[in-house]
Amino acid sequence: MSAIETLPLENVPDNGLLRFLTCGSVDDGKSTLIGRLLYDSKTILADTLHAIKRSSEKRGLQVVDLSLLTDGLQAEREQGITIDVAYRYFTTGTRKYIIADAPGHEQYTRNMVTAASTADLAIILIDARKGVLTQTRRHSYLAHLLGIPHVVVAVNKMDLVGHSAEVFEGIRRDYLAFAGTLGIGDVRFLPMSALHGDMIVERGDGLTWYDGPTLFEILESTTAVHSAHAEKFRFPVQYVCRPQGAANPELHDYRGFMGRVESGEVAVGDAVTVLPSGHESRIKAIEVFGQSLPQAIAEQSVTLLLADEIDISRGDMIVKSGESPTVSKQIEAMLCWLSETPLDPRRKYLIRHTTRDSKAMLAGIAYRLDINSLEQQPAERLAINDIARVGFKLAQPLFVDPYADSRGTGAFIVIDESTNATVGAGMIL
Amino acid sequence: MMTTATTLSHATLSHLDWLESEAIHIMREVAGQCSNPVLLFSGGKDSICMLRIAEKAFRPGRFPFPLMHIDTGHNYREVIDFRDRRAAELGERLIVRSVEESMARGTVVLKSPDEPRNKHQSVTLLEAIEEFGFDACIGGARRDEEKARAKERIFSFRDEFGQWDPKNQRPELWDLYNARSFKGENIRVFPISNWTEIDVWQYIERENLALPSIYFAHWRPIVRRHGGILPVTEVTPPRAGEAVVTLQVRFRTVGDITCTAPVESSAGSVAAIIAETATTTITERGATRLDDQTSDASMEQRKKEGYF
Repeated sequence: MSAIETLPLENVPDNGLLRFLTCGSVDDGKSTLIGRLLYDSKTILADTLHAIKRSSEKRGLQVVDLSLLTDGLQAEREQGITIDVAYRYFTTGTRKYIIADAPGHEQYTRNMVTAASTADLAIILIDARKGVLTQTRRHSYLAHLLGIPHVVVAVNKMDLVGHSAEVFEGIRRDYLAFAGTLGIGDVRFLPMSALHGDMIVERGDGLTWYDGPTLFEILESTTAVHSAHAEKFRFPVQYVCRPQGAANPELHDYRGFMGRVESGEVAVGDAVTVLPSGHESRIKAIEVFGQSLPQAIAEQSVTLLLADEIDISRGDMIVKSGESPTVSKQIEAMLCWLSETPLDPRRKYLIRHTTRDSKAMLAGIAYRLDINSLEQQPAERLAINDIARVGFKLAQPLFVDPYADSRGTGAFIVIDESTNATVGAGMIL
Repeated sequence: MMTTATTLSHATLSHLDWLESEAIHIMREVAGQCSNPVLLFSGGKDSICMLRIAEKAFRPGRFPFPLMHIDTGHNYREVIDFRDRRAAELGERLIVRSVEESMARGTVVLKSPDEPRNKHQSVTLLEAIEEFGFDACIGGARRDEEKARAKERIFSFRDEFGQWDPKNQRPELWDLYNARSFKGENIRVFPISNWTEIDVWQYIERENLALPSIYFAHWRPIVRRHGGILPVTEVTPPRAGEAVVTLQVRFRTVGDITCTAPVESSAGSVAAIIAETATTTITERGATRLDDQTSDASMEQRKKEGYF
């Protein structure tokens, strides 16, 4: 691929955007893999390359360290580790990619959860010399928990095990043995050498026995989240447009309900129900900036107009009649605690779900999960990076779907009102 | 490689539609969650995209925020004229606060009269935030611009001193944004975080957005200094012994005159700029922002001090 192919040529399909996550530590060659993707897609430009050459020399390295492309912050460079999720971009001409680069260290589970929350695909890196490790299990479990539909297990550093097909097969067997217990569905295995670029963009010449797709071919052909199955229409109202004072008298009765389609699709004429009121109406029009659309699909931001005058405000949800989510003041969820301050069962927190907020109280902790052994343990409190099955009692009803069916209406965050910090991330069961 | 393009069968948004939709969603979250936001508009290409996104987010209503420009006093006339014209066309309120007012107040002290004023914008911005009581500032910064930005949240919390603490950012999951702040604190919001320079140009082309003329190729007196091109203006005169030549150039970014350099180009249309951008070998800031090259961490440092 050359840079010239990134031009928006006529007749080239636009396959939209794919977000993926890379899991692993620097030792697995994760930063080298990302550097390689950026380098081979000609995303790295001369001055950036010059800067990392200079940094490589300053550290006394003989070769240009592509991993330097991805360690951003001064504090990180000083410590030689990655602290926070970084986002990187590249394009192939048919698709734009957003890489969420999450640190692999155990203490940064919360960063991986953050990065995984928006990913369509996860690349789980394994060092061919080390095989399936505890961190592989942890990353795989988190990818599964966060509902990432596609997993690529990339067995890296194949050059250091003599490009051995037997080593690769052994790792594949080990991985499948525990993946089965997690219920991870779509897993693909890929041998590679990020350092030499084998099986990333180019096939290279060390892995001739492997006849599957390269990483790029997998990325180019992977479907994004919302295309996987028939979804129910969910439209949380973000903002209500009432331009009463406008010069145009036709706008005086205008009531536009603004938001983004979280899942499913909707067309003009569809019968809809508004939650929590339960009022029913029909879609009169779908608009964006004065333009009328016949329908709207998942992830599209639009304005909906209804045939009947109904009082609707931010936090309400418009759904298709007969396809209502669960309306509940009690939720069961897997919760990842993200704050240095432990979860205090006696305190009230704020839960934000779609565009709706509710005060919440912990109803109970069923168990805490040891994400290394996947053992369930009793727990009274939750500390940072803990993952647990919990129940919450809510002051206001929420309109929820199981997270496994719908990320948009199955996810919530927990906010500590005394600090305004985001302290937890929940996935409704 | 990549010669046979796969077409995926299902209906999905094109990458520009997706990026636009995400940005609209973010702006509406600001409107829904914050009581007194403001959108920073400089007349530059990124903030021009932001205005189109705001139109798509809120029309036929008015914007639920005013526009504001922090003027260094060292801006190209073409950009300032464009800024005023665009705000008037939209019928939205434009607030202008200038670094020169802060200098007159004594809150900005220059080390030398011709010093770049970009970093001093932070002071004026914080003063304006306090004057108007803004709880959120929406800006057009992108993660691909600089490596410190690559790690910044879309909703980025700033304390009373406007400081960004990269080690203590709020986790940001799914599309659930936390814009809560206490009085005196502030949230910076970057709706086009996930856009790259080429996305911006493709969006400008698709939406047929007007730009200040200096984004397109024009003839301009310049000097060559430290291997770069520097425009010759009232505030950036040639140094002794430097030869002034007239060169066909365009600007990739438009900021403070003293630290924004043009690139040699004959691209007279958005399509020609996209072609050039796709084949360029130098990053946007590397080519044209003289203030980022001081050290590896110069952007990170400025953001910690309250810079946008």
